[in-house]
Amino acid sequence: MMELIGISPQVLLGQLLLGLINGSLYAVLSLGLAIIFGLLNIVNFTHGAQYMLGAVAAWAGLKFLGLNYWWALILSPVVVGAIGVLIEKTMLKRLAHVDHLYGLLLTFGLALIFEGSLVHWLGVSGQPYPVPPELRGGVNLGFMFLPWYRGWVVVASLTVCLLTWFLIERTKIGAYLRAGTENPALLKAFGVNVPLLVSLAYGYGVALAAFSGVLAAPIFQVSPLMGSNLIIVVFAVVVIGGMGSITGSIFTGLMMGVIEGLTKVFWPEASATVIFVIMAIVLLVRPAGLFGRA
Amino acid sequence: MPLDAVEAKTGADIDLQISDLHAWYGESHILHGINLELRRGEIVTLLGRNGAGRTTTLRAIMGLTGKRTGSIKIKGTETVGMPTHRIAHLGVGYCPEERGVYASLSVEENLLLPPVVKPGGMTLEELYEMFPNLAERRDSRGTQLSGGEQQMLAMARILRTGADLLLLDEITEGLAPVIVERLGQVLTFLRGRGYTVVLVEQNFHFAAPLADRHYVIEHGQVVETVLKEELKEKTELLNSYLSV
Repeated sequence: MMELIGISPQVLLGQLLLGLINGSLYAVLSLGLAIIFGLLNIVNFTHGAQYMLGAVAAWAGLKFLGLNYWWALILSPVVVGAIGVLIEKTMLKRLAHVDHLYGLLLTFGLALIFEGSLVHWLGVSGQPYPVPPELRGGVNLGFMFLPWYRGWVVVASLTVCLLTWFLIERTKIGAYLRAGTENPALLKAFGVNVPLLVSLAYGYGVALAAFSGVLAAPIFQVSPLMGSNLIIVVFAVVVIGGMGSITGSIFTGLMMGVIEGLTKVFWPEASATVIFVIMAIVLLVRPAGLFGRA
Repeated sequence: MPLDAVEAKTGADIDLQISDLHAWYGESHILHGINLELRRGEIVTLLGRNGAGRTTTLRAIMGLTGKRTGSIKIKGTETVGMPTHRIAHLGVGYCPEERGVYASLSVEENLLLPPVVKPGGMTLEELYEMFPNLAERRDSRGTQLSGGEQQMLAMARILRTGADLLLLDEITEGLAPVIVERLGQVLTFLRGRGYTVVLVEQNFHFAAPLADRHYVIEHGQVVETVLKEELKEKTELLNSYLSV
């Protein structure tokens, strides 16, 4: 039937799957942004650079220390997250009581510094990062050939999203996080160390970015500017989902990946802009975002 | 129990001692030298007009205002300069005027939210027994409750933590008489258990039979202290302070 509209199911399903892969990266990235925005009220413009740092750390770990992909998947988020905690403790903390704009400027400046320094060191061209031997090859699904690694990216991303959702919605620490997002002053008055909570939340959001950076490393090449294009799309995803909404960011991330994939099939020229068009429409119709509370 | 100045100064059972407390919100100087003292097991009220500084006094005790000077000793520990999140751990429970029930948390999550600060708090079962409405609605979101239920929740929440110095801001405000009566019973029960309570209250008829002392606050200062025994003779005076 699909042949009737001139599109083979192979192409359609193939793009859907590719969209799902991109969407799962969007989901992890926008989830991190949502957590950070919720608790810190800061739009973390360093997020793309932190995603890149995750990938670069994985690459450097392999090249200089011989740490394989699986180690990188654990250690990169920890290291980049720890740098995040340091950034929060020394810089972002001071901006807690001033206009959002300052947080935006600071994080944007940090992104430029990270990217600029690494361009100086690595140049702008990408460095290849090998697919781990365990995940080489793939499977023929009939309509397309699915490399194992790409399937793994979807599974790993969704697992991390699900675990994070569980952590936030179903555990005590998550209750602190939700309460801290809603009314941090009262939470402090109850005796919860909110400044520590804020640092950890920032570190966790940043670690998520680094995690997706490691996942992305074997697919895209590792380059200092790999985050700067992606992050603009991810910001659009966050705005569509609703700033600070946890479930919203996960669903919207996946959805936008898939929509982008479909647009590549039906109107390839529009695939780079479709998310921004959706963002504009959502902002007009529902300014709080699809999942946001007005 | 009238305040015995000599014993109070030497006794170790002072739960809260505030001297010359000044507090600011940004540039506005709100408290101008508050002095008050509570011994263990006492209930006092802060009376006064809106904007007199009663809520700010409670907020200043919790470190929720801007700059503070003077002295706030909680069970002998100086807390001016202490970060807010450590103050509760001295055994202080704070119930804010706006109740502060969290919308993104269920009733039970709200109840379990404040960390236990001292042994001897009430258990979840005891609290549900005391506030049966909360037990029925334990899985509801915090803000789906009625005003009265939200107030019950805000109270119950701090009774679980073992805090024995309670700062209660306008807990009867806007509530039906039957709920106000229930809150009165709860306070009488707390008095029996030896809790120390500071009540900020508009409803004088609610507060009068419960409190040992009334502090009248005006322009950020305590302008009058009325003991329970003096209530009759000082009614006129109180009215003159409180009438708008």
